[in-house]
Amino acid sequence: MLEDSVPLSHYLMLSATLFVIGIVGVLIRRNVIVVFMSIEIMLNAVNISLIAFDNYMNLSNGQIFSFMVICVAAAEVSVGLAIIIAVHRNKPTVNLDEFNLLKW
Amino acid sequence: MEPILAPESIDLIALAPVIVLSVFAMMVLVLDLWGGRNKTLLVFISLVGLLMTAISAFAKHPLPAYSFNDSYIVDHLSLFFICIFTLSSALTILLSVEYNEREDIRAGEYYALILFCTVGMILLASSTDMIMIFLGIEIVSICLYVLTGIRRNDHRSNEAALKYFLLGAFATGFLLYGMTLVYGSTGSTNLFKIAEFIQNPSAQSNPLLLMGLVLLIIGLGFKVASAPFHMWAPDVYQGAPTPVTAFMAVGPKAAAFAAFFRVFAEAFPEMSPSWETLLSIIAVLSMFVGNLGAIMQTNIKRMLAFSSISHAGYILIAIIAKSSLGSSALLFYMLSYTFMTFGAFGIVIILGRKGEENLEIENYSGLAYKHPIIALSMTIFLLSLGGLPPFAGFVAKFYIFSAAIQEGLLTLVIIAVLNSAISFYYYLKVVVFMYMKESEAEFKISLTPMTLFVILIGVIGTINLGIFPNTIIALASH
Repeated sequence: MLEDSVPLSHYLMLSATLFVIGIVGVLIRRNVIVVFMSIEIMLNAVNISLIAFDNYMNLSNGQIFSFMVICVAAAEVSVGLAIIIAVHRNKPTVNLDEFNLLKW
Repeated sequence: MEPILAPESIDLIALAPVIVLSVFAMMVLVLDLWGGRNKTLLVFISLVGLLMTAISAFAKHPLPAYSFNDSYIVDHLSLFFICIFTLSSALTILLSVEYNEREDIRAGEYYALILFCTVGMILLASSTDMIMIFLGIEIVSICLYVLTGIRRNDHRSNEAALKYFLLGAFATGFLLYGMTLVYGSTGSTNLFKIAEFIQNPSAQSNPLLLMGLVLLIIGLGFKVASAPFHMWAPDVYQGAPTPVTAFMAVGPKAAAFAAFFRVFAEAFPEMSPSWETLLSIIAVLSMFVGNLGAIMQTNIKRMLAFSSISHAGYILIAIIAKSSLGSSALLFYMLSYTFMTFGAFGIVIILGRKGEENLEIENYSGLAYKHPIIALSMTIFLLSLGGLPPFAGFVAKFYIFSAAIQEGLLTLVIIAVLNSAISFYYYLKVVVFMYMKESEAEFKISLTPMTLFVILIGVIGTINLGIFPNTIIALASH
């Protein structure tokens, strides 16, 4: 079994670290694609802890949940990239700071 | 290994509204192939679909009924919410017809996306499982990202869609991580099982669970546009097409509040001391940020966006007062908010011009002399949003405050009443411009029967709920 060799806390630490990397990426990077990638890292961090919990507790909900997360992430990527392309057609830049039409 | 989902646990009758609406949405997508540039047929089919959905929601007896291993519930709360959702989507579609003509939005999928978004909202209000809540939220959000950016050649619409998408996906990450931690510390994604597990006091102090709760509040707080997670709302409300803005301010917001209520009042009532404080802080912040922010706005769509942030604060008070009175106050507020908001946005659409012009508050000066009836209806909606008797907004606020006082939340109520007073400043500012300033330019009113119908419904609903609230309150307090 997995929990005999690697304790649950290691998985949770890994997942938390990845999640924080994702957050920091979203907050400090200004490139649209990189920000988008960081969000995907956050979602995958969640998947790791879901699977780890499942394996540790012998349940199955988390595995189904992680499938749902993967599906939804795929749908989100398709819509997100479409939006980025639509934006890029009108304004050829990927720098988030240049999108400043809407503000008070 | 036994099957996870036994066939007899799937009750399709309970799921009827979701199925009916999905079928109609796909029908709209397919029929778009033949309609050409004329979208009248699609509008008609969408409206019929929404009507059928509302009817089919009542197919299930007796209530509450469950489906999919207790992850989907049909009860009075979800029925009432389904009625609000179908009403708000129908009003959105009616408002869109004239607007889309003017702004040259020829995409037939516009109507299909609104219907799919409504499917997500129904799922969200009826789910009692975190996986379903996640799915519902994502169906709603993904449809809204597309709807926000549907004016593909407009810079502001593009920018709003991009911002909404990035921040929305970011918030989804928080929501998911919160759900995972709650799942990991309770061993179930089902809200009832979580509530059962939490009755054990030693389970309540698990740091993973507390962390999960905080992340859930962040994720859901973003979806309902409450401060300090409101940054996206003014930008997205301004950049999105006006009917979509009205839709976002009512339907998806109501759905997110339904999920909020289900998660906190049904799964975590035992832990209320730990989340009540946090939600109170968010409610107070939302009211202040919303009302003070709205004062400084010159664009009417932005002003209404800030006003909707402050309304999120009032509605959160209903969730903190988690009694049955709180839930009926939530329902009543959402319904009256639907009428007022759609009315106000309907008038914004009437007065707007091609290319999202004529949306400054200054453009409204002197409206009362040229078009007294339009100015009068706008005044009714704004005063009702502020909470003046005899309109619906007053009864709705009164109802929430009395629910909160019963739970002993006196400080919150005082702050909320104070905020209602602040809100009159910017609502009345528009009224002053309409009645007391000279008009600068000619008004180009584009009145079509459909828009007029929406405003008429808004006026009738606002006044009716304000003067005769009893029938709706009786329905809401089941």
